[in-house]
Amino acid sequence: MFRQSSVLPGFNLALGFTVLYLSLIVLIPLSATFLKSATLSWDEFWSTVTAPRVLASYRLTFGASLVAALINAFFGLLVAWVLVRYDFVGKGIVDALVDLPFALPTAVAGITLATIYAKNGWVGHLFAPLGIKIAFTPLGVVIALTFIGLPFVVRTIQPILEDFPSEVEEAAVSLGASRWQTFRMVILPSIGPAVLTGFALAFARAIGEYGSVIFIAGNIPMVSEITPLLIITKLEQYDYAGATSIAVAMLVVSFALLLTINVLQAWSARVRPPAVQEIAGEPA
Amino acid sequence: MSQTIALPTRPALSAQVTSEPKWLRGVLIGIALLFLGAFLWLPLLAVFVEAFREGVSVYWQALADPDALAAVRLTLLAAAIAVPLNLVFGVAAAWAIAKFEFRGKSLLITLLDLPFSVSPVIAGLIYVLMFGLQGWFGPWLAEHHIRIVFAVPGIVLATIFVTFPFVARELIPLMQEQGVEEEEAALVLGASGWQTFWHVTLPNIRWGLLYGVILCNARAMGEFGAVSVVSGHIRGLTNTIPLHVEILYNEYNAASAFAVASLLAFLALVTLAAKSLIGRHLHGHH
Repeated sequence: MFRQSSVLPGFNLALGFTVLYLSLIVLIPLSATFLKSATLSWDEFWSTVTAPRVLASYRLTFGASLVAALINAFFGLLVAWVLVRYDFVGKGIVDALVDLPFALPTAVAGITLATIYAKNGWVGHLFAPLGIKIAFTPLGVVIALTFIGLPFVVRTIQPILEDFPSEVEEAAVSLGASRWQTFRMVILPSIGPAVLTGFALAFARAIGEYGSVIFIAGNIPMVSEITPLLIITKLEQYDYAGATSIAVAMLVVSFALLLTINVLQAWSARVRPPAVQEIAGEPA
Repeated sequence: MSQTIALPTRPALSAQVTSEPKWLRGVLIGIALLFLGAFLWLPLLAVFVEAFREGVSVYWQALADPDALAAVRLTLLAAAIAVPLNLVFGVAAAWAIAKFEFRGKSLLITLLDLPFSVSPVIAGLIYVLMFGLQGWFGPWLAEHHIRIVFAVPGIVLATIFVTFPFVARELIPLMQEQGVEEEEAALVLGASGWQTFWHVTLPNIRWGLLYGVILCNARAMGEFGAVSVVSGHIRGLTNTIPLHVEILYNEYNAASAFAVASLLAFLALVTLAAKSLIGRHLHGHH
């Protein structure tokens, strides 16, 4: 049987429209990339996606995304912790502004970060005397990707931390654990999957990011050129097959990450409820 | 008396043993705010400072420029088409997924999220491959003098793609949580399907719907990468606000670029304010 019976109407209409719209807007156009790249021979495809300039762009894109996601995992956990556990003046506004990178268009973030981190910018001029260049180097790419990824980590950890039952911590304390031991051995294991999920979400977003990066990156081939920019460069040279090949390589990675994130989220949900339910189920 | 004094000591004791010493709390809050200040608040402030750096008159000139106004109009048009379409889709998808049990549901949910996991550049590329001159429908479209890519329809399509999941994503968990009892009751009492939807379901999901629409709209108006690929960058014709910002910036006209960018930053602030207000309603509702 395809579906369980229900007295509610509209199933066929709603599902039919959903699948039609999904196919027209997303599935058919996405499959166009795979079909287009299939017109190339395997050797042509492989030499396109492993050309030295493309390999250098993978190193930058994946390396900078990894570093940015690690920074976000650490500071995102700290920000979530402070927002859930402590009270301070202006907390409501601080909390609302965490979503700024979601709301601020990437091009605006891009030109602003490039201006701040340029050698005469607000932050850049502090580092220029030390001989550290940020804008137009891979370091600038890391900065932009950190900006973009932060809310993913904070917003994934926050609800899990809010639901964490204080009884568990009290139990740990009454058994003689220090505060740090309680955090490391009791709290961290149950929010660990959420931290990992946030990390993966930030990483996945960073890999495809374009707008916030290109202004600060400087886009020097082999040095500070990200993979999405390379797709645009190929398109502007009317090298459709080349652009599509790189896009397919990126899509394969993105889909693998999407699967990983789904698995992580399922794990996160599995780790959490038993602990909460067992404790919360006990009458006080 | 002794009992009334004894009661409040328990939470106080609990707060003591399950929180950090005061100095550590201060240090952690300080580090968190320093990080947020450097990475989030400073750029936000910089947009407005840079926008007014050369004075108010330069600011207004940049906004009153015909190309800027054309960009604003095109952005509003793209959002006015993309948001309602994705709204209708979101409601339909959430109705099917949240109110019914069927095979392949979890696959469908995963597929709905696809646009979020695809690079915006690829979101633009796929429409070039479909409708560009070398694309599947390219020759046919050229024969009939229809332009999709490097014209307004392409911009609208790319905008629809990148904002595709927003409304559905908000509504599905909300409607799943609300269940089907209220709708079933309405149907048993003789309401038609549409009546049930308008008078029972819609009032229940209105805050979630608004939340999704606001997020969808913010992304629709601010999208850069996907729109950039399909736009063709023709000033006054196929430039949206973010693309206009890019052109001004690349022409070393920073003051004007930031002036126009401040419009988008203002939209972002309004979005965040609306989001946190509606979020309170949503959580109060549960």
